[in-house]
Amino acid sequence: MSPHDVPPENEEIPFMQRLLDNPFILLFLGVASPAVLYLIWGIMEIVSIPLGK
Amino acid sequence: MNTNFRVCPETGFHVHKPAELLMKANAVAAVVFLLVGGTFGLLVGLTRWPAVHLLPADQFYLVLTAHGLNVLIFWIIFFEIALLYFCSAVLLKCRLATPKLGWVAFALMLIGALLNNYIVMQGNSSVMMTSYTPMGADPLFYLSLILFAVGALIGTFIFFGTLAIAKAENTYEGSVPLVTFGATVAAIIAVFTIVSGAIILIPTFLWSVGLVAHIDPLMYRMIWWAFGHSSQQINVSAHISIWYFIAAVVFGAKPLSEKVSRTAFLMYILFLQLASVHHLLVDPGLSSNYKMFNTSYAMYLAVMASMVHGLTVPGAIEAAQRARGFNKGLFEWLTKAPWGNPVFSGMFISLVGFGFLGGITGVVMGVEQINILIHNTVYVPGHFHATVVIGTTLAFMALTYWLVPVLFRRDLVMKGLAKWQPYIFGLGMTGVSLFLMGAGTLGVPRRHWDIGFAGTGMTHDFPAAAYTMMALNGMSVVLAVVGGAAFCIIIVASLLFGRKLGEEKSSPALAAEMVTDDEYKTLHASGGITVPGTLCLTFIFFASFAAYYFINWKYLSQTWGIS
Ligand SMILES: [Cu+2]
Repeated sequence: MSPHDVPPENEEIPFMQRLLDNPFILLFLGVASPAVLYLIWGIMEIVSIPLGK
Repeated sequence: MNTNFRVCPETGFHVHKPAELLMKANAVAAVVFLLVGGTFGLLVGLTRWPAVHLLPADQFYLVLTAHGLNVLIFWIIFFEIALLYFCSAVLLKCRLATPKLGWVAFALMLIGALLNNYIVMQGNSSVMMTSYTPMGADPLFYLSLILFAVGALIGTFIFFGTLAIAKAENTYEGSVPLVTFGATVAAIIAVFTIVSGAIILIPTFLWSVGLVAHIDPLMYRMIWWAFGHSSQQINVSAHISIWYFIAAVVFGAKPLSEKVSRTAFLMYILFLQLASVHHLLVDPGLSSNYKMFNTSYAMYLAVMASMVHGLTVPGAIEAAQRARGFNKGLFEWLTKAPWGNPVFSGMFISLVGFGFLGGITGVVMGVEQINILIHNTVYVPGHFHATVVIGTTLAFMALTYWLVPVLFRRDLVMKGLAKWQPYIFGLGMTGVSLFLMGAGTLGVPRRHWDIGFAGTGMTHDFPAAAYTMMALNGMSVVLAVVGGAAFCIIIVASLLFGRKLGEEKSSPALAAEMVTDDEYKTLHASGGITVPGTLCLTFIFFASFAAYYFINWKYLSQTWGIS
């Protein structure tokens, strides 16, 4: 079924399609993923470098 | 019926008039900044052409700063805001959320862009686009970027607001169209990009006025690239959406599989921005785990998504063309494509250049080990002129040829020149990309006024081939600038003097009839795989990819002999 068809009443919309149809959950995922894996991980590595004397 | 809408006589689109005005304003501003930024690009190219060496060092860095910001930020983001409004309000037949705020966003962006150009021209902010600390610029330099970013963020949220309105008012059924979905991905990446920019530029602004004592250079680089690299991923999502859109309006092509294309876009949402680490591959203090996870494991998933788009866009075109009768041999669908229509030729050159030149080299330079071969050489600008100029800018140009009659209801002028423009620009930029990468492989540094260090007491001799490549790059720059200027002239002249179309239809038709399911079915009945030509191109792509990847490992093995 292409996402443009409206499913019959009794048919469940598949989970992936519901996910892809919700821009705000996608927005959350798209910000959370790089925030954790790039920014937070990176910041943690940089702040754990011992200070030179 | 709301009188705030007009129905486009050619495409049948319902266009919300306040949205249309905003799209026009943003698109016009975009082209103006492209013209400004392109002019600076010419000066950069002529200075790095050893025999010409046009500008003195201080002016070179000033011009390099202005070039980067105008084309990489102002041209592209203004255009993307217009695109976001188009993909939400127009494609969903919806009113735009808060047009008044749209004008506030536009004003902030315009003031930011103008102020930035003004302050860079003053000469004390020649810090280049990256403005790495502890190099300091005028406080207004950072402030202008912050203003621009706030404006862009408001524009992005107007897009999300419009999606919500369309959903609430049921202006579409089922899922949003794939092109709107792609634009959503661009908008999502834009939010992360702009927030990251704020996280680093606001403290840097405070540092420049003396309120913050110290900005750690390593921390600056890491957070800045969440902004600087991700902003280029907004472009990727945007120009790929444009490929799908142009395939639909020029050929009436439906995506081969909505599911596959949307899943590929989901990969972008999750992984594309992590590739920002490829800028930090030689930074001390960051572990190999961090570098490799982000630039290899995660990035390959995003690259796979790009390859899916690179396969499905020409595949969709092939299927549509075959369904329409161009079914002979492997490539009749391609040879009989409208190569004289700049909307198509620009899009197709964008696709091929982005994949072969930008994509392959991007993966290779993202590998931690082989990155060292070309790190901080002109190979890097060679790579991103393929992604961002051939890929993004050319796709935006192609779409602009289509938007002028649709939004402005003006016929294009100088159609003969427009036919050639994508080829001139594409060829020039291909030269820029290839020659810079060639010179970079020979070690020529990027962002450098004089690679020979003449008169400094520490001269360096590059092989003659490096000088030749920099000269060929200079010539390619001139060719590309001719193509870029042709674009700006055609568009500005069309807006000012193009014949008013009114209710009349332009030719070729702006929106092809969509290929029907029945037409596709007759194609399937004839048996076999439906897109053999595209598969053949895909194998050529993989072979080039593999060959180039392993050649670089061989180079690396020869860099330091083991004794
Ligand atoms: Cu990057």
